[in-house]
Amino acid sequence: MDMDAPVGANALDAEKVVGKSLDRVDGRLKVTGGARYAYEMQQDALYGFVVEASIAKGEIASIETLAAERAPGVKLVLTYRNSPKQGTGNHREAHPVLTGPVVSRYGEPVAFVVAETFEQARAAAFLVNVRYDRDGGHYALPQHLDQARVPHQTDGAPADSEVGNFSDAYAGAPVQIDVSYSTPLQSHAMMEPHATLAMWDDDKLILHTANQMLNQGQQAIARTLNIPIGNVRLVSPFIGGGFGGKLWVNADAILAAIASRYLKRPVKVALTRQQIFHVTTHRSDTIQRIRLGTDRDGRIVAIGHDVFSGNFPSEQVYEAAALQTRSLYAGPNRLTRHRLVPLDIPVASSMRAPGEAVGLLALECAMDELAERLKLDPIELRIRNEPAEDPEKHIPYSSRNLVACMQEGARRFGWDKRNSIPGQVRDGHWLVGTGMSAGTRGNPLRYSRANVRLDPDGLATVKMAMTDIGTGTYTILAQIAAEMLGLPIERVRVDLGDTIFPEAAGSGGSFGAASSGSALFDACQALREKLAVRAGMDPNTARFGDGHIATAERSVSLTELVGSGIEAEGEISPGRNNQDFSQQSYGAHFAEVGVDRDTGEVRLRRMLGVFAAGRVLNAKTARSQAIGGMVFGVGAALHEDLVLDPRFGYFVNHDLAEYHVPVHADIPPGVEAIFLPELDERSNPLKSKGIGELGICGAGAAIANAIYNACGARIRSYPITLDKILTHLPTQA
Amino acid sequence: MKAFSYGRAQSVTDAAIAANKPGVKFIAGGTNLLDLMKLQVETPSTLVDINRLPLGKIEETSEGGLRIGALVRNTDLAADPRVRQHYGVLSRALLAGASAQLRNKATTAGNLLQRTRCYYFYDVTKPCNKRVPGSGCSALAGFNRIHAILGGSEACIATHPSDMAVAMRALDAKVETIDHEGRARTIPIADFHRLPGRTPQIESALGTGEIVTAVTLPPPPPGTQVYRKVRDRASYAFALVSVAAIVDSVRGRIRSARLAFGGLAPKPWRVTAAEQSLANAVAGVNSFDAAADAVLQGAHGVGSNDFKIPLTRRTLHAVLGEITRI
Repeated sequence: MDMDAPVGANALDAEKVVGKSLDRVDGRLKVTGGARYAYEMQQDALYGFVVEASIAKGEIASIETLAAERAPGVKLVLTYRNSPKQGTGNHREAHPVLTGPVVSRYGEPVAFVVAETFEQARAAAFLVNVRYDRDGGHYALPQHLDQARVPHQTDGAPADSEVGNFSDAYAGAPVQIDVSYSTPLQSHAMMEPHATLAMWDDDKLILHTANQMLNQGQQAIARTLNIPIGNVRLVSPFIGGGFGGKLWVNADAILAAIASRYLKRPVKVALTRQQIFHVTTHRSDTIQRIRLGTDRDGRIVAIGHDVFSGNFPSEQVYEAAALQTRSLYAGPNRLTRHRLVPLDIPVASSMRAPGEAVGLLALECAMDELAERLKLDPIELRIRNEPAEDPEKHIPYSSRNLVACMQEGARRFGWDKRNSIPGQVRDGHWLVGTGMSAGTRGNPLRYSRANVRLDPDGLATVKMAMTDIGTGTYTILAQIAAEMLGLPIERVRVDLGDTIFPEAAGSGGSFGAASSGSALFDACQALREKLAVRAGMDPNTARFGDGHIATAERSVSLTELVGSGIEAEGEISPGRNNQDFSQQSYGAHFAEVGVDRDTGEVRLRRMLGVFAAGRVLNAKTARSQAIGGMVFGVGAALHEDLVLDPRFGYFVNHDLAEYHVPVHADIPPGVEAIFLPELDERSNPLKSKGIGELGICGAGAAIANAIYNACGARIRSYPITLDKILTHLPTQA
Repeated sequence: MKAFSYGRAQSVTDAAIAANKPGVKFIAGGTNLLDLMKLQVETPSTLVDINRLPLGKIEETSEGGLRIGALVRNTDLAADPRVRQHYGVLSRALLAGASAQLRNKATTAGNLLQRTRCYYFYDVTKPCNKRVPGSGCSALAGFNRIHAILGGSEACIATHPSDMAVAMRALDAKVETIDHEGRARTIPIADFHRLPGRTPQIESALGTGEIVTAVTLPPPPPGTQVYRKVRDRASYAFALVSVAAIVDSVRGRIRSARLAFGGLAPKPWRVTAAEQSLANAVAGVNSFDAAADAVLQGAHGVGSNDFKIPLTRRTLHAVLGEITRI
């Protein structure tokens, strides 16, 4: 079906299974080790190890592989000299490796050593002796802003937007805020490293690989290896997190595929933790300028957001940090601009909530600064700027309950007890403060297909090339099928993660559940119709429940109708709704922090996220997703900082000892997420919205605003580490 | 990881003899060494496993102190009732370090001998005088947020990452060793770690073929013991600054004070003048400032670590204030 019109009442509205707080259907497999990840697939495989370029830009002057080739167990050393010619494209389209002597970014693979054991491959990798002729390059974003250009993004929103006359309106505004914020380079730091097991069956390639979007990956691999797409199969039933770092094909997959074809043996490879930082993608740092002009009552008359980010010179993807500024607040005069600086560092790409995650770190702190200037409560300021329609596109919102999120959050959090003057609340050596932020994230829908089959044993089987990257996709799809077919969830089997199944959007951009779930909804509708026809009932009025199809007069067991098995296909296309309506999910974050009055250490004390994101498909997994996002926000506000050393063009702290993400001790028990009841008739047949990224959106800003409230330090450079706070602390008595 | 040969030592002397040639490393907990071997920062030709040596006991000494076997695990040391009761600063320092899993494996001697966490030391493609003498120091003009403000040299500004050793420094611990000829010696912890000077690759006073057998603690000094570790996240992060303080005070008058610092220098840092300035002083801003001045005598930052100077001062203030207000 095409998503062109409001969906109206449908079979999911009963919410007998959908929406319930159910354990993950794959939970037992995961905690018992029964869930096999790519690298765990047992085959008679050889092991590969990547040799990274240790320069950022230049050329390989010589590469000696003899010692490695002669090392114990070594079967192959791939370099540019013995690698096949590959197809090219941007980082989403292709991922050619070992293409020539030119090194264009740090960590780019320069050799791939394959041996009988992992230890042999790793040891031999150190024997590959590469000498380089170094070139100079551009590495650090702040140093090369003069090189910025307008990116030519081919998909997604345009780089710039303008409504009214921003500069005149801003100049004439009686109240003005003009502030710049910076966010650092970040790495996805998912638990499972990028890993692939490649094997060939004649000219057909099978890859067990950690990849979020298998059909996209299939295309990119076919294009890179110059083979028909039908000859590429990706298998990825379990993925240990991705956060965007596994959206696109990475070097592990291509290197393993090439080596496996060469050696006629399965080859497996996992990037080491240290390698992931350079060999795969990261989130660009940003420099953002926010200008807010209001009247004396705080109504925005001019809103401007300028964003600089960086990327590899041939890439067009920019960090779309001003996207939410186009739709979050009202105001007649608007200007947003993204500029991209070409840098000779690894490719920057999507990381959880690309755009909003870092854009809101700036916008929502600027709003806090504005509220203080106006002596307005931050929630009241936002309510005064609540738009009636999308202020740039001039189309209605599909649904928007931001105000309700803020008000419900304020009530639960005790916002009315807040002292808005910084530095007033103490608890022992802690300066205590609270802060809030609005949150929003775009709600996309992508083409997906699904197959559902009902067998004589009463078991329904769903098949999709969808992925579950740890989010709970298996579970919510089982719930949808169970609800639609009137089966207990135990009678639904969900098979995901294989490109032999119907094409699906995969996991990313908060579109996974809506896209795959809607395709499955459509397939189940089709199956219901077939079953109703067989039962001689009207498909529009027949009810499905307890394994039966029923009308007021009679009831028939489904197993009597299925014959040797009955199946149906379904699909979803985005349709017009995403153009006719402005579609976002919304949330409000509230945080309480302690700032150590002596050392400036910041510790989160409690946090609440209130979200309105359409129908919640599983209360438990949704809560986990939201809290996970909020923890991501804690990391963005306080910890994560991938440091670039411009002398070497590399990321200095490329391991998890020094690239800090929050640990358990950083997250207190009082971190909670709730969802307000909401059904979005215009989003998709599930009436849901994406929640995979919403939790992060605004979370970090609430913490930054709480830090300001605690101690009066307005830190505009993330992460907010103690060294930045230190000079703002009171003199010690 | 480079291929290596592996053997198990049958006795302490046996271990010392086995280690009396280049390329030999002892392995106990392996929590640091194995990581470094995977990255080829360490490339021993031989590993001598000392886990079965009888060095795993904590015993009371005739002087009223404790003798901690080299192989006592960090978890066990932190949990020992005698340590908890009389050497609280040590227990707290241990528990402030690493993670529970690492502490279960890590040993007393291994903790003393752990190597720096300098980012450049960890990356064999970058110049590092400690790893490759004469290759240069990448940290001096690079990213040096975790680096030393005291005790460094033009060759190296790496810090020693241990928490345990900082507490031991405050407690005047002594390191007992035996060499390959069976000679025992006792090294005050103040002399155990070396400053980098021009030879940052030499980190301790241990000779070739010498093995740490125990660490002894003298009888507990009078006063309140505190370990304060300042770090970027609540757990599993190395100290930006840490203070092990043992302060004897009554009603705001300090009788004696011992202060050792982590995160500031290539070794646990202790400044006699600072402690002397506090002896018989009235607790307060003036005496704390004077102590901080003495500690930070000669301190200098090289960029990203500049904040450690005010942070040290403020942390010391907080610790002394906390103790003397009790």
